[in-house]
Amino acid sequence: MVQGLGQGHSRQTCLWLASLVPHLCHGPGGCGSACNARGWLSLGVIGEVGVSPLATPVPLTLFLHPGEISVTAAELYSKVRILCWVMTGPSNLETKARHVQATWTRHCNVVLFMSSVRDEGFPTVGLDTKEGRDQLYWKTIRAFQYVHQHHLEQADWFLKADDDTFVVLDNLRWLLANHTPEEPVYFGKRFKPYAKQGFMSGGAGYVLSKEALRRFVEGFRTQVCTHTTSLEDVALGQCMEKMGVQAGDSRDAARRETFHPFGPESHLTGKFSKSFWYWKYCYYPIVEGPQCCSDLAISFHYVSPELMYTLEFLTYHLRAYGYRYRYQPPLPENAARLLQRQAQPKAANATLLVQGTKIL
Amino acid sequence: MLNFNLKYLCVCMCYMCGGFVLWGQFSYIWGLFCVFVTLIGHNKMGHGTKAHHHEHHHIQAPNKEDVSNLSEGERMELSHSIRVYCIILVKPKDLGNWAAVKETWSKHCDKAEFYSSENVKVFDSVVLNTNDMWVMVRNAYKLAYERYKDEYNWFFLAHPTTFAVIENLKYFLLKKDPSQPFYIGHTVKSGELEYVDDDGGIVLSIESLKRLSKIFEDPDKCPEQGGLLWKLSEDKQLAVCLKYTGVLAENAEDSEGKDVFNTKSVGSLIKEAMANHPQQVVEGCCSDTAITFNGLAPNHMHVMMYGVYRLRAYGHNFKDLPLLPKGSLVDSISSFNINKGVKGKVE
Repeated sequence: MVQGLGQGHSRQTCLWLASLVPHLCHGPGGCGSACNARGWLSLGVIGEVGVSPLATPVPLTLFLHPGEISVTAAELYSKVRILCWVMTGPSNLETKARHVQATWTRHCNVVLFMSSVRDEGFPTVGLDTKEGRDQLYWKTIRAFQYVHQHHLEQADWFLKADDDTFVVLDNLRWLLANHTPEEPVYFGKRFKPYAKQGFMSGGAGYVLSKEALRRFVEGFRTQVCTHTTSLEDVALGQCMEKMGVQAGDSRDAARRETFHPFGPESHLTGKFSKSFWYWKYCYYPIVEGPQCCSDLAISFHYVSPELMYTLEFLTYHLRAYGYRYRYQPPLPENAARLLQRQAQPKAANATLLVQGTKIL
Repeated sequence: MLNFNLKYLCVCMCYMCGGFVLWGQFSYIWGLFCVFVTLIGHNKMGHGTKAHHHEHHHIQAPNKEDVSNLSEGERMELSHSIRVYCIILVKPKDLGNWAAVKETWSKHCDKAEFYSSENVKVFDSVVLNTNDMWVMVRNAYKLAYERYKDEYNWFFLAHPTTFAVIENLKYFLLKKDPSQPFYIGHTVKSGELEYVDDDGGIVLSIESLKRLSKIFEDPDKCPEQGGLLWKLSEDKQLAVCLKYTGVLAENAEDSEGKDVFNTKSVGSLIKEAMANHPQQVVEGCCSDTAITFNGLAPNHMHVMMYGVYRLRAYGHNFKDLPLLPKGSLVDSISSFNINKGVKGKVE
């Protein structure tokens, strides 16, 4: 079972939060009894099937940043449930995975660290494979099979990331809010080659709907999919295509990319040489400079431990006081339904707010 | 620390007096005696009454109630009345950073000008014709006061390695009266002198700048060439001059007590936090409404612009009360645009 817990805040604060989102308190006795003396709010039991002792509870503090109102984020958290599994290995636990664990995976509904070897202390799931680049697809197959077997009912979407990928879960929920877990679809940084509909970059992270996960596992059970290549992302993309799972378009309303195969500095300031493979791989046109990346970016890759914390700080903490963001995405229909709000149809032009301001 | 000059003066006087009388080894011993006495004497005199127990001056950002108690009209009026003039001191070797600052955060100042040691063809600047940092600081402040004393009420000085969030500066200054002598930044104590470290940026109210301009004309208290025997760094020198006019440095903090002017980059502060408090790296690192960071390479400035003004987590809202009306002219994004052919892709 998975519970959301608010750590380190008073009981008063807990009760206040609970009053904002009463529909999230499933426990017996409603929200009042859900706040214990230490201010921990139990968001309720998500599923009682297949309890895995390695699934970690998630702190609700993430929704209760001082000075912040995050009702929408909390609502999306409960309605667009994401299980994150992070590809790692025994030699990376202390150097990389630990920092992932301390930052963005706290925002997942369920998080699992996948390694070749089980580690009770970290904790990690043991996949019974070897380590190494050529083992990546085996690890991926095993990891998804494990998730399917033990955690299927605990989430609606299933994200794979590396231990040097940084993910903004709230922005991923925003993308996925406009789709349903029953759709056979998966999202990521879309690349062109190797499959008709392309495939998703492994390093930038990709997310499967529940139906897509079912079909992936089914594909291996029926041997429609096999271990074709050790290139994990290519192979997965080919399996997805065979199983009729659609490669989705993850770009924002202004057609900017959200999943990024490199770090923010590279995308924002780098000039890729024309002979670089990236030009031939990208499914959608590459934009260099500040418009490379959506404001609601979902992932970056090749992120060092220090950059993990830095990005967490920039995303969730540092801001310009009173500043009104220019990019205000419209609320698509399905998301509106989920959040019980009025839908705003997409405008004909790009939805960047320009307001006739002069570009200085 | 002008008392050092005084010290040496005393030693010389004493030695000369005694030296006339004694000679040989005795004059040597007399000399040492002079030094000894002078040192002791200095300590006894002290500097004012607070020899060792100095107050460290802090100044805080407004807290939520301060701001929410204002009506919307009052808030708008206040924020409009804060006009920030930015002085960025540059040298030809800083060209990369100069370009980055020009394209990024300096656009958020009400006016920003680059004061350069020498003329540079590529960019416009106010040319100071000196390589000496203290002289640059002096002249920049002098010129800024002369030209803009009626147009701006807050003056922010920075180096091209500094990244600033001017909105957070304006928020910080929201309820502070510029006709009072403010001298704000990241302060450091050096002996008895508390000064603002210019690596983190220096903020002066118009009143402080007025007093500074006056004391510039006093070569004893605020010499152009710095100390006689002891060359002070420009930020210490500035503090000394201001102190003579009764203006003291104050360390700026947010409502949680975190520094808002930082002399290091986010990356460096994060690294320190990882070493010092690994359980609370992000929470313990830096202020949410930080005004400056320092030590940034040009590319990092662009990443910071993205990180501050664009990147965010959907659904999380800070209940900041708006300080600028809709349709304001502030451009959020640098015009840094590699592909000239990309149509209007600047936000």
